[in-house]
Amino acid sequence: MNNTSNIDASIFAKRKRANKIGLTLSMGAMLLGMVFLLWILSVLVIKGFSAIDLSLFTHRTPAPGSDGGGLANAIVGSLLLVGFCTLISTPIGVLAGLYLSEYGDRSKVAAITRFVTDIMLSAPSIVIGLFVYAFVVAQAKHFSGWAGTIALSLIAIPVVVRTTENMLRLVPGSLREAAYALGTPKWKVAFMITLRVAQSGVMTGILLALARVSGETAPLLFTALNNQFFSTNMNAPMANLPVVIFQFAMSPYDNWVELAWGGALLITFAVLGLNILARVVFREKVQG
Amino acid sequence: MMSNMKTMFDLNKIDSQGGSVEATNQNGGQKAVNALEVRNLNFFYGAFQGLKNINLDIEQGKVTAFIGPSGCGKSTLLRTLNRMYDLYPGQRAEGEINFYGQNILEPGQDLNLLRSRIGMVFQKPTPFPMSIYENIAFGVRLYEKLSRSEMDERVEWALNKAALWTEAKDKLNQSGLSLSGGQQQRLCIARGVAVKPSIILLDEPTSALDPISTGKIEELINELKHEYTIAIVTHNMQQAARVSDYTAYMYLGSLVEYGKTDEIFIKPKRKETEDYITGRFG
Repeated sequence: MNNTSNIDASIFAKRKRANKIGLTLSMGAMLLGMVFLLWILSVLVIKGFSAIDLSLFTHRTPAPGSDGGGLANAIVGSLLLVGFCTLISTPIGVLAGLYLSEYGDRSKVAAITRFVTDIMLSAPSIVIGLFVYAFVVAQAKHFSGWAGTIALSLIAIPVVVRTTENMLRLVPGSLREAAYALGTPKWKVAFMITLRVAQSGVMTGILLALARVSGETAPLLFTALNNQFFSTNMNAPMANLPVVIFQFAMSPYDNWVELAWGGALLITFAVLGLNILARVVFREKVQG
Repeated sequence: MMSNMKTMFDLNKIDSQGGSVEATNQNGGQKAVNALEVRNLNFFYGAFQGLKNINLDIEQGKVTAFIGPSGCGKSTLLRTLNRMYDLYPGQRAEGEINFYGQNILEPGQDLNLLRSRIGMVFQKPTPFPMSIYENIAFGVRLYEKLSRSEMDERVEWALNKAALWTEAKDKLNQSGLSLSGGQQQRLCIARGVAVKPSIILLDEPTSALDPISTGKIEELINELKHEYTIAIVTHNMQQAARVSDYTAYMYLGSLVEYGKTDEIFIKPKRKETEDYITGRFG
């Protein structure tokens, strides 16, 4: 046996070439995505920044033809809708995810739940809006903040269920066994050990669900609709940023269009903030 | 119900009918007490038979080691002793495992209570995602209501038992994950000891540890056997020779030879055992 290194220069050159091509293609794809993202953000900032001032947060949406105005009622409305949506979808979503991962491993109910959740995840949000319209708005005979919250929750719950289940499945079985080995009852293992380990992953899922619903327009058009006045009454139509943007952007009034840009900028950065927060929360988990 | 079961598992209610394996019952002329008596045990993973007609006694206050090549069923046997296998559908055991006279394979057992009496430590350290203090208090709280000061005492006692107190006493509120691998494993032992079980099962407790940590755990086993019955699965034959009083050699799901560790290692009765121990096989 000879002791040559067997390094073939031509093979190495070929691999380097292939590597270069692959790298170029993926960089190109990334650039394409980045260009559009930055384009959207820059247009938003350029057009929306001039609308951002104190009155945006203190004044309510202006009547047709009147000057100035702000988005105070829409901002508060959006916060209320998304806030109640969080209160509803977090417990339902987390508990359902916990059931799927810890209890319903092989059961038929779990398989069906998983299937339905997946369908709900990809259901067009306008369909969900129509559904709530038919069953809540049409029954009550008026639009309301609650109807909007229900529609948003229906969109958020499947996201929370899926991420919760996935995060719980990442928890090593050895940790569950260790808890069982002490004589821990199953529900305590699920709540006090497994859920605790997956805590930040579950939090991330909730934040991403919030980011998703806070920009939803279609379901709110059919449910919360809009309200020109400042209102915190969840039983009445409620102003919210997406619908205000939708209506104002297409209006003939300059100050309305400007407010729409301002609102769009606001909502984009809120969603961006939520996404960054979700990533930070998750990173802490990975390191800790 | 719970107090009822507790008396069933009570140490004082000892039933030590004859063992079928010759090694036991020779404790210096005194009749030895068996903590566990395994009779005609067969175990199945679905259709595959993992254990074949196992009979052995585990003597109280002694260390019993299970050795054998990978896949021989030694971990499987250990996992039947606290019915850990019950967590997984498709796994089942037939036969008898008498825990001080109580057949734990009978239906209708309170498995949580059983597992609090027969503790287990695993191959990889598995600290819970909470502080060192809480790691120990968690298990204790399941079955006992202690005041804050009693709990403090119990935590200190358990950490002392696991030879971890001096290293951990200043960081009881830090995460259990902040400890080194060897310390984490001793934390897991402390956690198991803290609930005051009668038997501790160790499933390759040192295979993920460095030699120094391994040495500490082995010392610990020698200390613990004064108060607990210990069963240990190990891949390391020297370890079995060092820490155990009895050794069981298993192969392909069967118990090949079982006896006093000295006899097994110095003068095994069976050729297969000798081949494995001397490294000609395995």
